[in-house]
Amino acid sequence: MADRQMIDHLSQQILDHYQKGFPLSPTPYKDMADALAVSEQEVIDCVSALQQADIVSRVGPVFNHKKAGASTLAAISVPEDKLSEVAELVNEFKEVNHNYAREHAYNLWFVVTASDEQHLEQTLWSIRKKTGYPILNLPMEKAYHIDLGFKLNWS
Amino acid sequence: MVNTDTQYSNSLNDLQQQALKCAIQEGLPVDPRPYQVLANLIGSTEEAVIQCIEQWIDSGLIKRFGLVVKHHNLGYHANAMVVWNIPDNMVDEVGERIKQSGLVTLCYRRPRRMPDWNYNLFCMIHGKDRDQVLSQLDQLIAECDLTMVERNVLFSYKQFKQCGGRFHQQHPTQPTAPIELSTLNTVEHQNSTQKVARHG
Repeated sequence: MADRQMIDHLSQQILDHYQKGFPLSPTPYKDMADALAVSEQEVIDCVSALQQADIVSRVGPVFNHKKAGASTLAAISVPEDKLSEVAELVNEFKEVNHNYAREHAYNLWFVVTASDEQHLEQTLWSIRKKTGYPILNLPMEKAYHIDLGFKLNWS
Repeated sequence: MVNTDTQYSNSLNDLQQQALKCAIQEGLPVDPRPYQVLANLIGSTEEAVIQCIEQWIDSGLIKRFGLVVKHHNLGYHANAMVVWNIPDNMVDEVGERIKQSGLVTLCYRRPRRMPDWNYNLFCMIHGKDRDQVLSQLDQLIAECDLTMVERNVLFSYKQFKQCGGRFHQQHPTQPTAPIELSTLNTVEHQNSTQKVARHG
């Protein structure tokens, strides 16, 4: 498991500056290299290493779920001893992209993302049927603050 | 018959746009010319690919474009979803205030579902451990004048799945082993008033 202490200075700079605003030029890694005063190859190696270490899952877009399709936050209340079993049933749906246990009577929380509203409704219905539990369906109504990358504290 | 004018024009047709969305949602190729690689893949030009992504960012279809970080693997082991019951006529104002605080990763309004769920405002707080998240929450409550507001704090304690949303399904998602999130933090936090989930 990677740890913050193992992250070198170049990786820190790249993580601090390029969670958003990745260059949209023909040679993005060269642009980053120029900005950070290193070589293009060093930047490419560094980004590859961060991906290898599973610190960076990908370089690319985070889509606005509302505009790109339909999505919702859903929750189920499951007896604790059934939690893993039910979580696995939920995970089998390719439309589920986040799935967490949380400390509440509603203890299983997952995000469902689909191409359109109809597909989303169908998926929720199928999850309900497969798990046997009613689903709390909490679609986003308004975003006050969206995830624009994460401020990392290296100290 | 292939229309070369279209093929090499600087705007992508619908099929090419769909193909580009599919390709980039899995991540850019790690290559000195990633947009050229994508252009080759969908039969277009590097310039058209860049322009198309720029348009998606301008229109808000893409929220951000860059490195997607796995917080947990950088030592950010704690995350709490904090939910609030705000009077409907004040929720916009409070949402804006919470945003301005800079203490949360995201802040959304969602519907109440009575009688089971009485919360209409959601925010996420990330931290290295539980104590750090709770101290950020205290700061948020003080700064945004939320002392009297009914709230609930839902720490996560196990991650069963985390991947980018896929609007254009091409590959089945790989099953992954669940990640225990709070093995360290539960021990550190026995004196907290927060209920600590125990498991495993």
